[in-house]
Order: sequence, then C-alpha cells, then structure tokens
Amino acid sequence: MSDRIQLASRRDFLTAVFSAGSLILGARLVPAEQITAASDDVKKATWSPNIWIGINSDGSVVIVSHRSEMGTGIRTSLPMVLADELEADWTRVRLQQAIGSDKYGSQDTDGSCSIRDFYETMREAGATARAMLVNAAAGQWSVPLDECFARNHEVVHKNSGRKAGYGQLASAAAKQPLPHNSTIQLKKPSEFRYIGKGVPGYDLKNMCTGHAVYGFDVQVPGMVYASIERAPVIGGTLKSFDDSQVKAVKGFQQTIVIEQAKPPYGFQPLGGVAVIADNTWAAAEGRKKLKAEWESGPNAIFQTATYKRDLIETASKPQKVVRKSGDIDQGFKGAAKVVEATYYTPLLAHAPMEPPAAVAVWRDGKVETWTATQSPQDVQKTVAQAVGIKPEDVICHVTLLGGAFGRKSKPDYVAEAAILSKKVGKPVKIAWTREEDIRFDYYHSTSAMYFKGALDASGKPVAWLQRSVFPPIGSTFDGKSEYGDDGEMSMGWIDVPFEIPNFRAENGPAKAHVRIGWLRSVANVYHAFGVQSFIDELAHAAGQDPVEYWLASLGPARTLDFKGQAEKWSNYGKPPAQYPYETARLRRVVEVVADRSGWANKRSSKRAVGFAAHRSFLSYVATVVEIDIDANGKIRIPRVDIAVDCGPVINPDRVKSQFEGASVFGSGIALLGEITAADGRIEQGNFNNYLVSRMNDAPLETHVHLVPNQDALPTGAGEPGVPPMSPAIYNAVFAATGKRFRELPLKKQKLV
Amino acid sequence: MIQLKVNGATRQYDGEGEMPLLWYLRDQLQLTGSKFGCGMGLCGACTVHVNGEAARSCLTPMSAVAGKEITTIEGLSANGEHPVQKAWEHVQVPQCGYCQSGQIMQAAALLKEKPKPTDHEIELAMSGNICRCGTYQRIRQAIKIASGQKTGVTA
Repeated sequence: MSDRIQLASRRDFLTAVFSAGSLILGARLVPAEQITAASDDVKKATWSPNIWIGINSDGSVVIVSHRSEMGTGIRTSLPMVLADELEADWTRVRLQQAIGSDKYGSQDTDGSCSIRDFYETMREAGATARAMLVNAAAGQWSVPLDECFARNHEVVHKNSGRKAGYGQLASAAAKQPLPHNSTIQLKKPSEFRYIGKGVPGYDLKNMCTGHAVYGFDVQVPGMVYASIERAPVIGGTLKSFDDSQVKAVKGFQQTIVIEQAKPPYGFQPLGGVAVIADNTWAAAEGRKKLKAEWESGPNAIFQTATYKRDLIETASKPQKVVRKSGDIDQGFKGAAKVVEATYYTPLLAHAPMEPPAAVAVWRDGKVETWTATQSPQDVQKTVAQAVGIKPEDVICHVTLLGGAFGRKSKPDYVAEAAILSKKVGKPVKIAWTREEDIRFDYYHSTSAMYFKGALDASGKPVAWLQRSVFPPIGSTFDGKSEYGDDGEMSMGWIDVPFEIPNFRAENGPAKAHVRIGWLRSVANVYHAFGVQSFIDELAHAAGQDPVEYWLASLGPARTLDFKGQAEKWSNYGKPPAQYPYETARLRRVVEVVADRSGWANKRSSKRAVGFAAHRSFLSYVATVVEIDIDANGKIRIPRVDIAVDCGPVINPDRVKSQFEGASVFGSGIALLGEITAADGRIEQGNFNNYLVSRMNDAPLETHVHLVPNQDALPTGAGEPGVPPMSPAIYNAVFAATGKRFRELPLKKQKLV
Repeated sequence: MIQLKVNGATRQYDGEGEMPLLWYLRDQLQLTGSKFGCGMGLCGACTVHVNGEAARSCLTPMSAVAGKEITTIEGLSANGEHPVQKAWEHVQVPQCGYCQSGQIMQAAALLKEKPKPTDHEIELAMSGNICRCGTYQRIRQAIKIASGQKTGVTA
C-alpha cells in the first residue's frame, strides 16, 4: 500500500462527480519522512487525500483541481501533469473545482507555489492510476504485466496488439491492489505528452464566449443584493444613520447594521450599514441615499505626506540589524568614493478587474457560499467565526477569479455575505464597487529605503549599508507589529546576492494606519526597486557598464545561505538544500538577457536601456527595459526582455504569459500606481485616479526567454517577473535623461 | 415599458429607466458575460454593442436603449466562432479572463469599422479597456490575426 496514494470511494465527494464502478484515487501531499516518523494512528488521522482523480466507465477522466484559477493557468497546468502521467487524452479530461476542505491540504493559491508544491504529487497520482489500469488489462488478458503499456487513453498488449480503453478498464482497475509508490514508474521526460509543452487552457473557450463564471456572476434562486456603506477611515465607528430616503428606492428591502471590526482586523469584515435590495442597481442607489455619520477613530491622523517624511526620517537613523558581515564602518573609512541615496515607494491597491464578490446562503446553522477566493479554507474559518459556527459547516465553492494578486486570499467580503444571509434569512450576494475595492483594500505597503555604498579606487563596492522601513503585513494580524517579519526580510533584503566584504541590512519600525496585505511579489517590489536602483547608481559612480558592473559585483559562482550573517533567511519556506540560492543561475539569466536584448549594441548606440535582476519565489529573473521619452516627457516602453530560470518549465506558454503580464503589472507600479490618504481617508477610488497600465502605456513587446534548468526543481512563475520592472525602468530613465529618480511612481516626475 | 432586442430576441423592460443596461443584462437576463469593472466607463469590462457600435453598458441607461439592438458577448457568434474570438483562442489571450468579454466586443467593433487597423488605431480603440493581468501584447497580436494582417504564428 502506497503511503501517498489511496483508494477513495464515491462517498468522499460532495457532488456526484463519478459514476458507479469508477476508479478513484486520492493522492496526498505529506512528505515521506513525515509519514515514517508518525505513528500508525497519526498516519491514519492525517490520511485525508488532497488531490483526486477518477476514471468513469465512459472513459472520461475527472481531475479535481484544488487550486484557485486567478489567471496563472494553474487550474489547467496541474491537472495536465496528472493527465500526462496517466497517459490520458486531454480532450477527455474534465475538471472539477474542489470545494474548501482540509482534506486537500493547503488550497491557498498564493506565493507562486502551486507547481513546486504539487508537481510531484500530481505525477505520482497519475502514474499510480496508469499502473492500476495496466494491471487490470494484464489480468483480463492473462498476459505478463511487462508486455502491456498505456498509451493515449488505452492499454496495449505489445505482443498481440490487443487494446482496451480506460473506460472499459476502470471498474477492474478499481479492484486492483494499490501499488506501492516505490514501484510506481514515472515517465521519462522524453515520454511526456503535455509536460513541457502545454495544452490550451481548460477555461479558454468559456472565457472567449462569456460563459466563464466568476464570483461576481453567481446567482442562486431567491437571492437578494447587498451594498455596504463603511466607515471612511479604517477603525471608525458608526454614530448614526438615517435610511428614510432609501425607502423611496424601487427594489429596496431593508438596511442592516454589521458590527464594526476591531483591531487586529485580520480577515474580519469591516462592518457598516448594508442596504439590501432586489438587484445590484437598487442596492447601489439605496446606498447613495443612505445618510450615515461616523466617528473617525485613531487612524484619522494618517496623512501620506507626513507619513512619508517620517518613514524617510526613520530610515536615516541606525535601526535593527537583520544581516551583517565584515565591518561596515571600516569599509566606509577606507573608501575612494561614497554614494548615498534614499528611495520611496507608495501604498498600492490590488484592483483586480473583478472586485471582491460572494454569494452566501445561511440555512439550518450552516453556510454555503460561492466566491472568487484564493483560499477557500480561510473562507471556511472566517465565515465560521463571523456567524458562530464550525468551519466544517461552511461549504465554500470556488469560482474562477477575475484577477486577485493577493487580494482574494483575504475573505472579509465572504463573511459579509454570510452575516447578511443569516440576518435576512435569504441568499445574499455581496459585490463590492470599484470605489470600495480601492478605498478598503489590504494595501501593498509603502516604504522608505536608505542606502550608503563605498567604492574602492577601482570602483568595486567594498561596503554597503541599507535600511528599509515599512508598515508590515503582520500589523494586520496582531494590530501592533512595526518591523518586517522573516518573510518580508527574506524578500530581497537579507538575500542581496552581491559579494561585498562589509555589508549591513537594517529594518526600522513603522506603524500601520490601514490594513496592509500582500500583493503580487510582496516586499520584493520595493526591496528590488531600492537594491537594483542603487547598484546601478554605483555602476555609474564607478563609470562602468551597469550589466558588467552588476556581474562583477555578484562575484564568483557560489551558493548563498547567509549563515552567520542573518538570524533567519526563510527562502520562501523551502529548505535551502533543496532550493539553494545559486549565484551561477542568476549570472546565467543576466547573460542571457544581455545577449537577447542586444544590451551592448543598444548601449553603444545610446538607446535608453535599463537593467535589473532579482531572485524571488526561488526563481531567477533578469530584465532589460528599453524606453523612449518624447518631447513632452511622455514615456513609452517599446521593448522588454526577460530571462527566466524557474527550473523545468511545465507549461511554457503560461509561464511566458505570466512574465508578459508581470511586465505590464510592474510597469504600472513604476509609472502610475499610488494610493494616498488624507485624514485617514483614501483619496483614490476608481481608475480615473488610481491609474493602472492600459494598452497605451504598457510595454509594446515583452520577450520572455526561458532558461530551462532540468536539474533543478520547478519554482515560481506568477510573481517573480514583477520586482525587476521598476528598477529596470528607472535605470533606463537615468540612461535617457541623466536624472536619477528615487520615488515611485514616475508619473509624478518631470522627465524633460 | 421599454422594448429592445438582446442578441436577436425581443425583450420588454418595465423597471427604472435610469438603471444601466449592464444590470439589466446581468441581474435580469442572466447574461453575465458582460462584466462590472468600474461603473464609470473607465475600464471597458462591460462593453456590448448597441446597434453595432461598442458601448459601455455600465453607463448606458435603459431609457437610452429603447428600440435598440443589443449584442453581448454571448450573442457575438453562435459558437464562439467570430474571427476575433477564434484569434483570441489561438493566441491564448486570456489569463484570468474577466476583462476579455469587453476586450473582444471592443475589438469586434473596431474591426467592423476598420477591417485592417494600424497599430496606432488598435491602441486608440483598445486603450479604454483595462486588463490587470496585462494581456495587451497578445490582444494586439490577436487583432492582427483576426484582421488577416498576421498569421497565427506566435512571436
């Protein structure tokens, strides 16, 4: 009996996915060493399978996708891996989206981790099912096992040419003993049908015909619509409200007060006054006529202008050391040249095209919900807490996500729908407006960073001091954190790869006045902006080519572990032994991008090019951006080149699309994005004042150069393209104008 | 009473004349292919055709569509075989897909007006449609393919 794969019964499924006589396998993701270490009882207790496949007697293969689809293609890519090992015909595969359940293990689709965490398991699950089908056929034909093999949805007897389809074999295969995973034969890469090649997205056709269903699209019978007026300043409280004029709105049903959230906010619903109506429009119109008065609370002191000054002030003074090597003071003393710079980045909103939305039904002490979420198990916990039931009494159906970028791993909006359904006694749909989405986000943090570098007579960096200050994500969850945690510090701050004998990284405190959350690439966004801008400044101070200088500063090929220098380097939660930080891989992507972008030629012909390279989510990325600035100071990006080493590439087109998208997302951060607050109120509310990339300011061409690495494990693709974009753009602006800008976004600067 | 045609079928509406077409399509007709993105005509996710021209349904009141013919993404073609849809699939434009109904409707309207749009014309027509996933490069490419200006080979 395999430790990792087990037979499941049809009763394990909530809905009728499989017909009688189907072969159903569950695979689980618990490291083998953990299983051996556990007692038999624990083994059983933790044996709740997390990935499921089934083969029906009609030959259809059903694969349960337990990851959320927010645009990365993961709902296709992981099942595709399983289908490949199964030797299944992809056109006969159906996907079933998993509901939230801890039997699947982590479903949190976040941190660019789905492929690296589930690739092997999916392969084993597919290979196990294939083995059982082959066993069944060999048994039926009374021929030796090794004369049979699986090919394209059927098992073939080599010697006689006899064939049997998977559907025919399914019920016999289900009666086969489960092969031990040590006997499971994974395919050789040369045998892959889909891995490394890709298949069309499972939802592609529906997305092109308007039939794809997102959280915002869910409708259930008897549903009412809610729109919530919230305290304009986070932490504010309701003084009074008057809904007398709301009653005149056709379709209005009632107003309901949702209790105010108290810090720490976590995933709690913010609270406010909900207007319930017959349709979306009536709810929104009713809300416009609602008169609510609010007490502002302690965050009314938040002004981004003074807050920024304070961050910069904090960054100018010695702070908590998070990594050090050598003697920084000694390094500065002997320097031929010292360079100092301070950088600033603003708060950002996620602004996924689909604002937060959910439908919830309270019935007999249980909640059933349909929502666009990155983390259905957090939906279960949050909803359960909000309405006073157990997490297992919350059924969370996961729809497609109309973008997420981290916003939809925070299920506050689902709890709102559940609370209202319980109070109204009907199914309730909550759909945020764009203004709510932008004013009540979990913002990407604002930061100030101070750098001081020393060069020796040859221009080589010999001392490097860096300080970052930002309100951390932890503040959202404990209400008091002011320092970055290990995760934030390990995102481009501790893990600066340059070989500099005297190095010190510090982190200073900052108090949050809004909910801070993770956004695509998280702390890497500002840390890479600072570090990758500053190394470019040093290159220019040394009078050297930025790429050559960068590579020289990277030093010889070595594995970085920051041991003895940093207290904790989290390496995206992965053991460095398995996912080492290898500077040779970083060097390689830099060399590839320099070559493919024509860096040297562009430089010698005075084209405005900028460069940056950064490892994040265990992937190595190097980026060259070319810009044009017209006579009016309008910037365009005719071309971006990105070289990527994310290990073996499973679905190349989707990996490319992630980096194409990251170049747009990243250029939006560089050029346009900024959230500001006055008296604690967020000043932006829609795409007219919170600007995001449109076609006419996005890069015209993004060339993604995959640098596959078959010897490594697969690593992240969704996020790592973002961090190098802003520094590469700013470095290009310096090349074009001779002006060094150190604040995001660029729209605030005069380029000519 | 407002009478209109939606995807070829005659419909009658007797609600508030101010209600935007988007909510009529989504909440009442269950045609949820047209998306809400901003409510201010800033993002294009709600784009439909009104008498053949691209319009932002989030800003178009029901009173303005009396007697008009509305086409939504669901009615653009019988089986998703409009040249724009086919090109979209071929190039695998969508990532999350949410904005793509609006992008496709906008592109289809563009090609009706300008069968061979230049790069500049594509940019002018499409810059009102936001895609947060950043699929603009493939949108451009798909429009070129749909208009016969480029073959299906990806760059």
